[in-house]
Amino acid sequence: MDLFVNAIVAGILLGAFYAAVSVGLAITFGQLDIVNIAHPAFVIVGSYIAWILNSRLGWDPVLVGILAAPAFFLVGALIYRIYYAAFERTGQESLSGLAFFFGVMFIIEVVLILVYGVDYRLVSASYLGKNIDLGFVGLPLRLVVPFVVASAMTAAVWLFLSRTFTGRAILAVAQDRLALQLMGADPVRIKQFAFGLAIATTSVAGSLLIMIGPVEPSLGRVYIGRAFAIVVLGGMGSIPGMVIAALLIGVVESFVSSFAGPSWAPAVAFGALLITLAVRPSGLFGRA
Amino acid sequence: MSAPILKVSGVSKRFGGFTALDGIELELGASERLGLIGPNGSGKTTLINCISGALTNDAGSIVFEGQDITRLPPHRRAALGVARSFQIPKPFRSMTVLENLRVPLEYAARGRTERRRIDADALEVLELIGLKNRAHDSSAGLTQVDMRKLELARALAAKPKLLVSDEAMAGLSSSEVDEILEILLALNGRGVAVIMIEHIMRAVMGFAQRLVVLDAGRKIADGTPQDIIRNPDVERAYLGE
Amino acid sequence: MFRNRGDVVFWIVLGAVLLAGFGVTQTIANEYYYTAIYAILQATIMAVAWNILGGFTGYVNFGSAAFFAIGAYTAVALDKWLGLPMPFLIAASAAVCGLMGLGVGYLTLRLKGVYFAIATLAMAIVLETLINNWDYVGAAKGVYILTPEKVPFFSSYIQLLFMVMLALTLGSIAISRYLNASRIGRGLAAIRDDEVAAECAGVPTLRLKLISTTLMGAMMGVAGAPYPFFVTFVDPISAFNLFVAVNSIAMPMIGGTAHWIGPVIGALLVGGAQEVITVTVSSELNVLIVGIMLVLFITLAPQGIVGLVQKWMKRRKR
Repeated sequence: MDLFVNAIVAGILLGAFYAAVSVGLAITFGQLDIVNIAHPAFVIVGSYIAWILNSRLGWDPVLVGILAAPAFFLVGALIYRIYYAAFERTGQESLSGLAFFFGVMFIIEVVLILVYGVDYRLVSASYLGKNIDLGFVGLPLRLVVPFVVASAMTAAVWLFLSRTFTGRAILAVAQDRLALQLMGADPVRIKQFAFGLAIATTSVAGSLLIMIGPVEPSLGRVYIGRAFAIVVLGGMGSIPGMVIAALLIGVVESFVSSFAGPSWAPAVAFGALLITLAVRPSGLFGRA
Repeated sequence: MSAPILKVSGVSKRFGGFTALDGIELELGASERLGLIGPNGSGKTTLINCISGALTNDAGSIVFEGQDITRLPPHRRAALGVARSFQIPKPFRSMTVLENLRVPLEYAARGRTERRRIDADALEVLELIGLKNRAHDSSAGLTQVDMRKLELARALAAKPKLLVSDEAMAGLSSSEVDEILEILLALNGRGVAVIMIEHIMRAVMGFAQRLVVLDAGRKIADGTPQDIIRNPDVERAYLGE
Repeated sequence: MFRNRGDVVFWIVLGAVLLAGFGVTQTIANEYYYTAIYAILQATIMAVAWNILGGFTGYVNFGSAAFFAIGAYTAVALDKWLGLPMPFLIAASAAVCGLMGLGVGYLTLRLKGVYFAIATLAMAIVLETLINNWDYVGAAKGVYILTPEKVPFFSSYIQLLFMVMLALTLGSIAISRYLNASRIGRGLAAIRDDEVAAECAGVPTLRLKLISTTLMGAMMGVAGAPYPFFVTFVDPISAFNLFVAVNSIAMPMIGGTAHWIGPVIGALLVGGAQEVITVTVSSELNVLIVGIMLVLFITLAPQGIVGLVQKWMKRRKR
């Protein structure tokens, strides 16, 4: 019974973190229709920046994640510029655009290996080893802090998208180009901003990732399936749907790890993705 | 009217809560020229998508030459003799003009064409359409009017019995419109029935033997061009109340 | 087989290459050369296979490594279970991976193209997890393969493998070339250019796409089947190597995807350069160079080397 409760609680904590990893992808893949498979690679870059500043200067990983976000935003905007000029404008996005992001992902991974090697990296902070004891279940802070930060960031992105003019313009760019032009907004600039925002979220997500567990360069690959499964399952671009899907994947993975062994956990998200694509491609909450 | 080549009965199509087509009835005689008109959003394109198979209607049936084709995928309908051209030209951009025609000749018209005669057939179609001099040019580099001609040529290469032409003339100059009209008339002269969607009234009126008017997913009129002009429902649909 | 003069030339070249390969085995003993060329040949089959779906049909497969690895593991399992000879192992790997291609294609190709790409990525991880937990083939620890000490006609086993791989490579190039010029090839090109228009021109798009994924899978399985005997030790990390997937995308993209010769040129060039760089500099740097070349080519020269050459010849004609 204890194991059961623990698995659920750990799954929810993990799921909220998965939502933070996926929220950017929900914008790029779900809203902008850009299949950025390099998204998790940027999360890993976030982790490495957190590791470098934490191990050399002793900075708090969450703080690093937030401070680095503007730089990530600029990188994201730049990448969208290249993507737009080379593929979207010429209608080549389906084949070449996909291969482009695949190449970017691969370059990030190899550069990290070349510079920092394949060793697992960790961050340290005074609170990371501690537990909150609720009597029936013990909550490690290395999961609770990411849970809180991830939830705050996801909520902030959601509020931004649904409450602000720019946020609504991002939602509009996916659905109705004409309406967007009537609003007087330039679709390319809106998408550039949205893509920058999506990459900025990976900075924070990366700093959370390395708090939860050790990180090495190829870890991003496992998150490709997780993030895409969550976005597709959540109904492509719906933030609340994405959050529910993330929690679901988190809990199921946590159960599989506890009861079948951790080596089976990576298959959960991908299995869910394959089944969703085959049976219900509109996602759990999308219109059939 | 001779035995109908196409019989559309009670065809309806919904998108979510929006009814795009509502119980459409339509008959077309072999080698008839039909004009399909109506305001924007009236369901014209949805109807021809249902006829060509790009969409599947939710209710009703579509019978072509006595065979129920309601559930057939587009390529099977193309093989039976239903061809369409697209409003925005969709050439196979990596191919030359001639190679573009090889595709329907080898697929849709298979069984009706010997393999070694394919290039000869393609050139014959290009001759009729007036694109023979561009046969070996890349299809991506054609002018607007030549793109439209290629659309018709490719539809024709499928050896159709029914051609659905979706705004083949939009955006063309007056003399170019005449060129396309001439091609469609020549096609029809070879026994191909034609459904034409067009906003250019001069072209539809001159071409069609019969007009069908759609408004908000319903058929509101069906008759000779002269009858349709005098029909008060049509005037209301176009000009508003 | 011989439709025109080009066909005659092609088959003569193919025969000459095969003969030359055999000649080399009778004169050169240094095993390094066979190892290096084997790697290039393997990459060539993968590139040619990827291009059948990616270049001819326009659908991206990110899971090449999974097809390759399952080809290898099919051979491992059948070798251990029944001890079948190599030709049967290759045929079995082709069948298993062809079915895999058919399956993932059937599940996702009715949807938008990107779902297929993502599904192949997902499939790679699911299958790696399965193999990681399958004890019969060594699970995560890997498995050693015994290879015969002596073989007829050749002075070492690696030479035999080299000849097998050369024949398989030439075979896959011949298939790809035939497909490119055939009626099916034209149907595939129509799908790549405009799927809706292709369907309306009578092309049975779903069926052709499934033929394409099946053929691609089978070829990749063929490339993977001899691999365990080449390296004599297989584990999931080396078999599901992301580098295999990257190479099989980068080589056609660099060579040019529309023409059958593109992936061959790309594989020979990139594969050859990789062998040189690995020896002279380092293998990590070589991996990075492939990634950067991939991104540069898709952004700046999307038609690849073949496209650049065609453009240059056109300009010279004028």
